[in-house]
Amino acid sequence: MPEGLWVKCDGCREIIYKKEVVLNANVCPKCNYHFRVSARERLTALLDDGKYVEFDQDISPLDPLEFKDTKPYKGRLKDYQKKTGEKDALIACRGTIGGQPVIMAVMNYAFMGGSMGSVVGEKVTRCAEAALRERAPLIVISCSGGARMQEGALSLMQMAKISSALAMLDDAGVPFLSILTDPTTGGVTASYAMLGDMNIAEPRALIGFAGPRVIEQTIRQTLPSGFQRSEFLIEHGMLDCIVERSKMRDVLIHCLRFMTSDQSAQAGSVTPFMNRD
Amino acid sequence: MSEELFEEPILDLERKIEALSGTGDDNATRNRRLQLENELDELRKQIYGNLSSWQKTLVARHPKRPYTHDYLAHMMEDFVELHGDRRYSDDPAIVGGMAVFRGEPVAVIGHQKGRDTKEKIYRNFGMPRPEGYRKALRIMKIAEKFGRPIITFIDTPGAYPGIGAEERGQAEAIAYNLREMAKLKVPVLVTVTGEGGSGGALALGIGNKVNILEYATYSVISPEGCAAILWKDPKMSKVAAKAMKATAPELAKLDIVDEIIREVPGGAHADPKGQAVLVGETLARQMEELSALGPDDLVRQRYDRFRKLGVYEG
Ligand SMILES: [Zn+2]
Repeated sequence: MPEGLWVKCDGCREIIYKKEVVLNANVCPKCNYHFRVSARERLTALLDDGKYVEFDQDISPLDPLEFKDTKPYKGRLKDYQKKTGEKDALIACRGTIGGQPVIMAVMNYAFMGGSMGSVVGEKVTRCAEAALRERAPLIVISCSGGARMQEGALSLMQMAKISSALAMLDDAGVPFLSILTDPTTGGVTASYAMLGDMNIAEPRALIGFAGPRVIEQTIRQTLPSGFQRSEFLIEHGMLDCIVERSKMRDVLIHCLRFMTSDQSAQAGSVTPFMNRD
Repeated sequence: MSEELFEEPILDLERKIEALSGTGDDNATRNRRLQLENELDELRKQIYGNLSSWQKTLVARHPKRPYTHDYLAHMMEDFVELHGDRRYSDDPAIVGGMAVFRGEPVAVIGHQKGRDTKEKIYRNFGMPRPEGYRKALRIMKIAEKFGRPIITFIDTPGAYPGIGAEERGQAEAIAYNLREMAKLKVPVLVTVTGEGGSGGALALGIGNKVNILEYATYSVISPEGCAAILWKDPKMSKVAAKAMKATAPELAKLDIVDEIIREVPGGAHADPKGQAVLVGETLARQMEELSALGPDDLVRQRYDRFRKLGVYEG
């Protein structure tokens, strides 16, 4: 959210008193446009008393490819670290939602477009492994343009690493909720963001595999309006629900209650029916 | 000489040798022919021993590069192709089925590009839609059910970026394959044979062993795509190709691939049959090695293999 008393809404183009937007969970009171918010703002809004305990906060990016485009990757990292005050594009933490302990991994778009490199990959994987050990539900909030090109195939491999950890979580019957926000595209969508026991999106979020521009250039036609938005995805069966930001916490509490009963805690060790006496 | 025309001297020499055949069978002609063939061998070694990253990108995309059907023909017997995802359609950009490899039944799945224009369009230039990935996983599950190893061949520019593909869940199809391949209780042997194009390649790539051919590439985006996004200049593709470190030796250094399979002199397209022998030797050795692992060990080994990938500090 930009500095200043007033803010222009990207949804309705109206100039709105900023305080009014902030008090409304960073959603435009006129048109319901969901402003992009930082990972920490999301955590404060979702967790009990706005409290969370961060872990693995010291994991920092390196430059394994010694990559340089119009600017060296190392320099870019420094700039984003300075700008955001974060080491990379994801915060890992523990907290409770409605009293239920959860592990959370929340992406920060402000850090290089929320791109997924080795740090994001490692931290989400550790979150999944912690969730498995502690049998605590995992919640991932995605906000990312996809893989981080500056780390080459290493960033591609993070998709494999995270998805493998989620496979173990799935087998063990530990809940995984995926929340998709604007935008969630590329390698993030094509790995963990689409693998939730529930895939929940904020309204009008851009969600897809290929970016709209790439598709337009490939097929050489204009894309239909609303293409790759949350409402388009739910129509095509790719999401469980679209939830407004102000209702997200309540929906999570309801889902977690369903998924963390005594039976589900045992799901990993249920005896197949044929083997029962 | 332009960077793209590196094969010209080889083609020239091949034409010279071709012209010699049918000009008689006297000693002088035979000697001349032998001499040229030796020169050709040397030239191939010299040129292919010094390819740039961009040139390797071009070799990986060579129109005569062997595809999955070629490896099937030269390496496998009794192939029975399986079609369709049982949900929507059959995707010809991925082929798969049951085959026999050195006496052992295996599942084989791979990307398939076309040779002529008509087949290229039919195969969608090797760019799968969600149905392709769902078919691939369906075949893998059949292999698991009957305890058969899975062999995959990767060669795709990427998953197809189209409206229908998005509507039918391209991202979900890839993601689901990644997760479900991680669970497979049979050996999975992956070989990147040509272009390893991003998530569309990885969706067949969660293996106990991941091999790559000497001049194949594996990357998060094409050099052209990378140049367009990071440099905002498609002319920077060659620079991007180098910067992305997507060639076999560079990938091996980062443990992204386990083994580099040598290519025949002049690249796999110079002798697809000979190349299939080299690939077959590697796969046979790895299958033997993995046969010592039980179902849970295979899942564990595969997990550990990918778990360690990534470079960071702290
Ligand atoms: Zn508005």
